[in-house]
Amino acid sequence: MKRVLSRIFTADHRTLGVYYLYLALAAVTVGTILSLMMRVHRVWPNIIIPFVGVVKPEDYLAMVTMHGTLMVFFVLTTAPQSGFANLVLPAQIGARKMAFPRINGAGFWLSVVAFLVLISGAHITGGAAISGWSSYPPLSALPNSGPGQGLGMDLWLISIGIFCIASWLSAVNMLATILGERRAGMTWSRLPMTVWAWLVTSILTLLVFAVLLAAVILLFSDRHFGSSFFIPMGDMIDGRVVGRGDGSPLLWLHLFWFFGHPEVYIAVLPGMGLATSLFANFTRRRVPGYRVMAGMLVAIGLLGLVVWGHHMFVSGMNPYAGTAFALTTMAIAVPSTIEVIGWLCMLWGGGLNLRTPMLFALGFLSFFIAGGLTGPLLAQPALDAYLHNTFFVVAHFHLVMAMAGIFSVFAGIYYWFPLITGRMMNETLGKLHFWISLIAAYGTFLPMHFAGLAGEPRHYDRLTGPAIGFPSLIPVERGITYSGALLAAAQLIFLWNVFASARRGRIADENPWQAATLEWANGTAPKRVERGPYDYDLPSGGGGFHPQWECPAQQE
Amino acid sequence: MPATFTRHQQVDIERKDTGIGGKPPLIHRPTGGGGDGENWENHSEGNHGPRELLIRYRLGVFFALAGDLMFFIALVSAFFVRQSTGHFDVHNNYITDWRALPIPHILWFNTAVLLLSGLTIEMARRQLFHEIDVMEEWLGLGRPAVKRAAPWLAATLALGLTFLAGQWIAWLQLVHEGYHFLSIDPSSHFFYLITGIHGLHLILGIFALVAALIGLFALKKVEFRQIAVDCVAWYWHAMSFFWVFLFVLLVFFQ
Amino acid sequence: MPCILALLESSRVAWMPPDGALHGPIVDKLMFWNLVALCAAAVIAHLWLIFALLRRRPSSGTVPAAVRWVLIAAFCVMYSWMALTAQRLWAASRYDGPSLTAMHVEVVGEQFQWYFRYPGPDATFGATRPQLVNPAAGNPLGLDPRDPSGADDVVSSTLVLPAGREVDLQLRSLDVIHGFFIPGMRLKENTVPGMLLHLHFTPVDLGTYPILCSQVCGSGHGRMQARLMVVSPADYTAWIAGRERVRAEEEPGQ
Ligand code: HEA
Ligand code: HEA
Ligand code: CUA
Ligand SMILES: [Cu+2]
Repeated sequence: MKRVLSRIFTADHRTLGVYYLYLALAAVTVGTILSLMMRVHRVWPNIIIPFVGVVKPEDYLAMVTMHGTLMVFFVLTTAPQSGFANLVLPAQIGARKMAFPRINGAGFWLSVVAFLVLISGAHITGGAAISGWSSYPPLSALPNSGPGQGLGMDLWLISIGIFCIASWLSAVNMLATILGERRAGMTWSRLPMTVWAWLVTSILTLLVFAVLLAAVILLFSDRHFGSSFFIPMGDMIDGRVVGRGDGSPLLWLHLFWFFGHPEVYIAVLPGMGLATSLFANFTRRRVPGYRVMAGMLVAIGLLGLVVWGHHMFVSGMNPYAGTAFALTTMAIAVPSTIEVIGWLCMLWGGGLNLRTPMLFALGFLSFFIAGGLTGPLLAQPALDAYLHNTFFVVAHFHLVMAMAGIFSVFAGIYYWFPLITGRMMNETLGKLHFWISLIAAYGTFLPMHFAGLAGEPRHYDRLTGPAIGFPSLIPVERGITYSGALLAAAQLIFLWNVFASARRGRIADENPWQAATLEWANGTAPKRVERGPYDYDLPSGGGGFHPQWECPAQQE
Repeated sequence: MPATFTRHQQVDIERKDTGIGGKPPLIHRPTGGGGDGENWENHSEGNHGPRELLIRYRLGVFFALAGDLMFFIALVSAFFVRQSTGHFDVHNNYITDWRALPIPHILWFNTAVLLLSGLTIEMARRQLFHEIDVMEEWLGLGRPAVKRAAPWLAATLALGLTFLAGQWIAWLQLVHEGYHFLSIDPSSHFFYLITGIHGLHLILGIFALVAALIGLFALKKVEFRQIAVDCVAWYWHAMSFFWVFLFVLLVFFQ
Repeated sequence: MPCILALLESSRVAWMPPDGALHGPIVDKLMFWNLVALCAAAVIAHLWLIFALLRRRPSSGTVPAAVRWVLIAAFCVMYSWMALTAQRLWAASRYDGPSLTAMHVEVVGEQFQWYFRYPGPDATFGATRPQLVNPAAGNPLGLDPRDPSGADDVVSSTLVLPAGREVDLQLRSLDVIHGFFIPGMRLKENTVPGMLLHLHFTPVDLGTYPILCSQVCGSGHGRMQARLMVVSPADYTAWIAGRERVRAEEEPGQ
């Protein structure tokens, strides 16, 4: 019995990493099913959906909220950061274990609790919260402001609160590990780019989740202890005046987006680090301007802390503040651009080795470009005043966050699968999965730009309202739904591939990708690390390379 | 089933677990330089030497506290925003519902107590790093450091409890004057929230202190005793720092 | 090909609804050229990718650093251009208030309905009190009967405006945050409870434009819509006069 328990509540970081991936998988499955229900309901509003029946408007909003919360918090905050970092970070820096294995485990199990609390919201009377993943008050502060805003909203707040503490714990562990546990000689300029990314995301996590926790606590006290941090004077809900103090709804917006924007970079930075490593590996080239690339990751992280206002241009914020945030937002586009151009230059030489991980890394790049480029457009208040909260924004963040993020997760899984199971994943299935997903993803999220430009707002459960219907959009929306379904279906290939390969996959040889970073060292770690992470394409040529675990004595 | 897969045993598993016991946890090595087999090369970058574990735990505590600081900063910024908000009444003049809260005088006493406890715990910490004593303990010639540190820790514990009691009294006084938490008064909400959350942190600190006190006698290794006290001390310092920060806010910035 | 030329000529995005505001065409033009620039960048980047994919044989010739810096500089220029042009527009529409001749209309959002209040001949809005809000009794905004200046206020559920005259909208909300969005006027601003926000623009083209709610505000969010009717000044005066008459008749009742 005790042994079973110690197995389950393990402190072994690699096991925890896999657990994190399972958690993300559970969350992404629920989130995907919800998104498909949403899509179906949007185009056939009267269709009866199994287990839900006819979708009422509040049901739709609850689905959107759940979908967004699950995907942002429980998929793209767990899998790329905690999941992969636990799997390979200690190995990559030549440490034997994390700095605080138990704290690490506690972090994971708290996230599980948060996940369960969140989805339990679907089963309670009134249903889950309906105010979107950004939960603007007073809607989220007043239990009777709508169905699901009672117990459902409480559960949402509790879940997010727990999640804040969980990610705070794992960030502390991660930072202590990266700063303290590096193998002798593993200097800053010898860190793999993924480690740089995890360093930045951990710092961001530490800083912004604390703020979110504070905001959540204040909102909770507004709901239950009669305080009025976010509820303005004289505010009234269905005929009853409830606002008894001079609260400020904008205060929540500022607190939330101060968290919210860095959060989305937490979701994508590990992907950027991984993409850099994979490009180097599968082109057998060094990273040109390693320092620049690493520096830009840090720059994105730091700038990300001062751009939150670009979500609030038309929220009643002072227009001068709008200008300031627009400028900082434009500034943050520059480091991203430098990263992208750096990658494109790595790829220029051609001769790419198109194994599945590389394909998904390229897909990541493509989505990051396509979705990222609409960022500077949204960053202009004058234009955002039209596009804000339309499907154009939905298109933007599904391309740059959802698809880029998820593709980096795929790349990581295909790439590190041998480390988890000792077997390779099936290449043909992998390629099939990639091409279908790529096409279907673009088919799903590119047309959303048109819907947005046509002025269709978010959180609308159907196209036709009292004053407006978007007849011209009906075929577009249909197409989006079909291709969204295809996209989700393509994931079955992936799941099949994972579980089949885990059993019958080809046994992986020593260093299947001929990678130079330490997680492939197989315990032959050196006493000192003497070289950089990307010592590919030697002057001697012939695709040879110096792995990081190679000691200077051994070479030539 | 091990959820992950290793082809080879990690070679460095059988290496003697590092940094503990091998050397006296001092910066200067009394033996005048590594005579024995401990080659520090096998250790992580950055924190070589006998202080390895200690430094790791300190790092952890510092990062955790950095997050905590952000948390309080968020509360404080909310405090300022909330203070400035108001609304236009029927006659179109701007009024706010913010009433400055009368700060119970006992808070001054509490602050003094907390600062004093900061001194005592620092004393306790210093004792454990006093070289001669550490050497003596490491050689097993008795436990002078423990003997010296224990009373200081106990004193800190007492002062901490006094502080908490004082806070409780302050709350009672406020309730007596009609500012209870459920009253619709923003400043009192902030007061209870800030003091309450800080109080929670201190309760945790008290538990940590008790643990450290027990550890002081229970822990076998000098280094572990040092770690226990050191981490609690830093945590405690941070808490008194936060309190001063919040107290100044409550007293002078309403 | 000619259609593309025509598109460039018109330099507005085909999918956007026709706009009837004075500032509309500039916004559309900016939107169009932004999209052109960004699509161009995206296409070039992808062509680059495809080219790299098709190069099976690796070439040792890497991209000279100069090219990289030129590209980066180009994008910096593009971003600065975007920032500047957009800021000029933003400043023009938001920094400085409406002209003195602008007419004033109050926009009030509540779950799930838009109300529009005209100040009437005396050009001043009467005081409102949330306690008096009672849609059933024909007083959805809680007009205070004791305030004479409210006696001639007209409350409508459609926004009727004369073409060619600047309007200053005063945005309020009674309950939660709503999003006041007129796609046809390229206009959006949230209505925040407890805040009074101003938004000014000039409708020019006659016609009917839908008004949407763009901020999720509860189960009726998708239904929370109204209409803007831009009519000739003559029709407007006729309409408002009619409403005033009705108001005057119902006045004793209230
Ligand atoms: C990670 C983020 C993420 C992801 C992946 C998705 C995926 C999808 N989303 Fe979602 N979406 C959001 C984040 C995301 N979304 C957010 C934040 C919102 C806003 C919510 C709000 O407004 O409050 C939103 C809102 C949103 C809307 C707007 C609703 C509205 O406002 O009216 C729509 C509508 O079509 C939509 C559709 C879809 C669809 C069809 C997918 C499809 O792509 C789904 C297909 C699924 C996959 C491609 C994932 C496959 C992954 C795996 C198989 C797991 C990999 C393995 C491991 C993790 C171990 N989403
Ligand atoms: C991973 C997530 C992620 C990332 C990376 C980004 C990146 C960016 N985002 Fe996005 N954003 C979101 C996730 C993300 N965003 C989400 C979730 C929302 C909605 C939240 C909600 O309301 O629910 C949002 C909303 C959002 C808004 C608010 C829209 C609105 O609500 O009205 C704005 C406005 O400025 C914005 C801007 C930007 C900018 C400027 C970037 C920049 O960082 C982009 C930088 C990248 C580039 C600039 C591309 C670089 C490539 C090239 C330049 C190509 C090179 C070409 C050649 C060499 C030829 N984002
Ligand atoms: Cu009102 Cu949405
Ligand atoms: Cu953002």
